[in-house]
Amino acid sequence: MNILEVKGITKTFGGVSAVADVSVNIEENTLLGIIGPNGSGKTTFVNIITGFVRPDKGSVVFKGKEMIGLPPYRVTNLGVGRAFQMVKPFFHLPAYKNIIVPLSSPRVRASSGGGYGDKDAMSLDILEEVGFERDSSVPYKTASVLPHGYLKRLELARLIALKSEVFILDELFSGLSIAEVTSITPIIEKLLLDGKTIIMVEHRLKELFRIADKVIVLNFGKKIKEGVPKEILEDEEVKKAYLGVEV
Amino acid sequence: MKERVIDGQNYRKERIARCIKARSDDIYALTSQKEMWYLLFPRIVPIVGIAIVAYLLPIYWKKVILTTCIFAMLAVSWDFLSSCGMLSLGQALFFGIGSFAAGGFNHYLHLPVYLTIPLATVTGGLISTMILLPVIRLRGIYFAMVTLILPLMLMRLIEATKLLGGTEGLTGLSPFPNEWVEVTLIMAAMWAALFGLRRFIASDYGLIFVSIRDNDRATMASGINIYAFKAQALFIGSSVCAFCGAFMTHSYQFTGMPVFAMEFSILPIAAAAIGGMNTLAGPLLGAMLLVPLSELLREFGTLRIVFYGAILIICVIGLPEGIFHYLSRKYNEMERWVKIE
Amino acid sequence: MLVYGLINSVILALMALGFNLTFGISGVANFAYGAIYIVAGFITWTLIEKLGLPHLVSAAAAIVVIGLFGMFLYKLVLKRIRGLVISEVIATFAVALVALELLRYIGFIGFRYSLPVFIDGSVEILGAYVDIQRLLILALSILVVVAQYLFTHYTKLGLAFRGIAQDEHTSLSLGINPDRIASWSMGIGCSLGAFAAIVILPLGTITVDSGYDVLINALSVCIVGGLGSTFGVIIASFIIGYAQILTATYISSHYTIIVSLVAILVILALKPSGLLGHQKELEERV
Ligand SMILES: Nc1ncnc2c1ncn2[C@@H]1O[C@H](COP(=O)(O)OP(=O)(O)OP(=O)(O)O)[C@@H](O)[C@H]1O
Ligand SMILES: [Mg+2]
Repeated sequence: MNILEVKGITKTFGGVSAVADVSVNIEENTLLGIIGPNGSGKTTFVNIITGFVRPDKGSVVFKGKEMIGLPPYRVTNLGVGRAFQMVKPFFHLPAYKNIIVPLSSPRVRASSGGGYGDKDAMSLDILEEVGFERDSSVPYKTASVLPHGYLKRLELARLIALKSEVFILDELFSGLSIAEVTSITPIIEKLLLDGKTIIMVEHRLKELFRIADKVIVLNFGKKIKEGVPKEILEDEEVKKAYLGVEV
Repeated sequence: MKERVIDGQNYRKERIARCIKARSDDIYALTSQKEMWYLLFPRIVPIVGIAIVAYLLPIYWKKVILTTCIFAMLAVSWDFLSSCGMLSLGQALFFGIGSFAAGGFNHYLHLPVYLTIPLATVTGGLISTMILLPVIRLRGIYFAMVTLILPLMLMRLIEATKLLGGTEGLTGLSPFPNEWVEVTLIMAAMWAALFGLRRFIASDYGLIFVSIRDNDRATMASGINIYAFKAQALFIGSSVCAFCGAFMTHSYQFTGMPVFAMEFSILPIAAAAIGGMNTLAGPLLGAMLLVPLSELLREFGTLRIVFYGAILIICVIGLPEGIFHYLSRKYNEMERWVKIE
Repeated sequence: MLVYGLINSVILALMALGFNLTFGISGVANFAYGAIYIVAGFITWTLIEKLGLPHLVSAAAAIVVIGLFGMFLYKLVLKRIRGLVISEVIATFAVALVALELLRYIGFIGFRYSLPVFIDGSVEILGAYVDIQRLLILALSILVVVAQYLFTHYTKLGLAFRGIAQDEHTSLSLGINPDRIASWSMGIGCSLGAFAAIVILPLGTITVDSGYDVLINALSVCIVGGLGSTFGVIIASFIIGYAQILTATYISSHYTIIVSLVAILVILALKPSGLLGHQKELEERV
């Protein structure tokens, strides 16, 4: 069953066509990879789905509900969460307090029966899940002093706290070391086991192709290819888009 | 990092937190008297100090204390709004609306003081929030610019329509029973506003407000309707100002166009800039310094404002973090010189 | 009426252009703008009346002096607090306070301060008598807008301006020094303010208090038009300008301010980035 159906979304920014007529169906409990060279419109695509940018044309249907026109917080509360490419923690708050904010959202309150539990404890549990060492001082540190890897994990923790059904991860792996990537990949695989649907925007093709069920390729805002990782790897047009040369 | 050389040895300054502070900030989790005093001291001293000054000094200075407290509250409210990501340049708007509300209730409906003030606080907060609701989506400097022009335009509006007493204003409003009540009330209100808001911001619910300032897009991505929260913050912040306006109105038994004066917008910001933003206590401290200072400079006439501006510029450039941050660091952390190997 | 509306609109636009230019390029909201406008008026007045310099020379001198002042303001004050929005606002506003209240203290109040018009007389257009000065404002405003367009599209400095406005970091990597550009933009913005003062002030008297009014007008127009967009500013001036004249003739001149107020609130509620705010700003603002 398709959990998310994207049809013909188009967005131009003052003449620059950022996303042009992109359609894709995402089946429940699969991992969709989105790749494409820099500036090919991947983040804009994510922004449109999550309500941060309103498209010129097109529709996004989540579980039978049209989502274009809904503000970002409504989209989030329906169950589509997104992690930002540019990490956006609450810099002045300690890491575990960062998670209290999504824990206070209507979605979480409704699902955990009023949600008057101990939020601090809940947030520490979630942070442990994404790799914050519980017994250390890391979860209590202010976000502004945390290293980049932890901030990326914090983005992921936010989505887990929100109990999202669709996880949209915009370049989660960028700027991480191989070791960090290998430690985060199991978390994503576990989410899949839990029945979540994941959309990953990535430049780290090798890591992505290992876990993706389907991949779409964007170039200059257009979808130039859709298929299983193996097909994408062998496609001439994709190589051309990436390498910028005639093959 | 500061360094210096003593007897041919390099020394570097090191800061360490006093261990008491490191353990807990919550008064209920304290284990010894020493810790309790450590936390209470910086809170009690100003409360008692200002009370002594207020009760002992002659009547003229009572008025100064009154004004100081009012500006301190405006500054605290400004800082609260800015902690929620709303940069207001128009505290005068909230103040003025509260003042006119109290004046109106008293003049037209003949309500007594103890009713007009709470009524004006709530209605003032509501009206202010309504006026700003259309622009609540604006951020940063854009929101600031709108709030700056609104009170000035309302001033013209009252001038033009001759509503609410027009240019003359409403005079002969009911006074407070006596100045003791007045001074006690305003001091109580000021401390209540400060400690109340501080506690509020530290709560799980208040956390959401602070997160909006840090990053409103991440707050939205956390499923929070930031506009609803901003409206709530506006209501809280503007109610505090409206209270000040209502209080001032009865204290001077007058309300009129001057309540929208730029002074009520600028002075709180100045106080916050000098005292230290996003601490709530800093702006209060700033107001405690600035208002009496401006009272001392009164004999210079309009030159006073020139001094004022100059002080502001110097403070903004030279002391960007504010006095409060500086003091609290000195209080909570020890400094010592250590040898560099 | 048509003519008065036009002229009123153009005056608004001219007042706002300088503020808009600085903000559009360096992102500094120059709250000292109104003060600079008035100070320019008084400098010109002093040069003409006290030193007996010719009108045009004094005007040019005032524009240059104010421009330099703007650059110094950036170099001495704003550069240190760049990016701290609150501090920028406080600092520029404090400069405005110092300047205006100092003028008041020195004693520049009363009705005797007015600048001479460039050319006396009036002509009849469409049944309305219009001072030549007002026509001159019209002509000069068009000239300024055209000059600004040419400057930003065809000169090296102007192109650097646009680069910084669009993306500070990319420009940095292309060897454009943002501090230099920002100080130039402050200078030119202030000069434009001075220019506006010199051509508009002859219509009335120079008063210290109108410094605040100028700031309010400039802000309203820029907010409605979409900050940073010259074309938006012009359109916004026409909307507000005509709305004001219409209310003044059909209802009462007292209500003009209400019209501006309502216009601002309605437009911002419908379109938070202003009429022609850029996409990039949209993202920052909403
Ligand atoms: N708010 C905006 N205003 C104007 N142009 C924009 C905006 N957002 C994106 N663009 C433009 O749209 C195009 C697509 O950008 P987008 O950020 O979606 O690319 P991307 O695929 O995510 O790139 P990257 O791999 O570098 O993250 C770019 O040309 C970009 O400049
Ligand atoms: Mg991207």
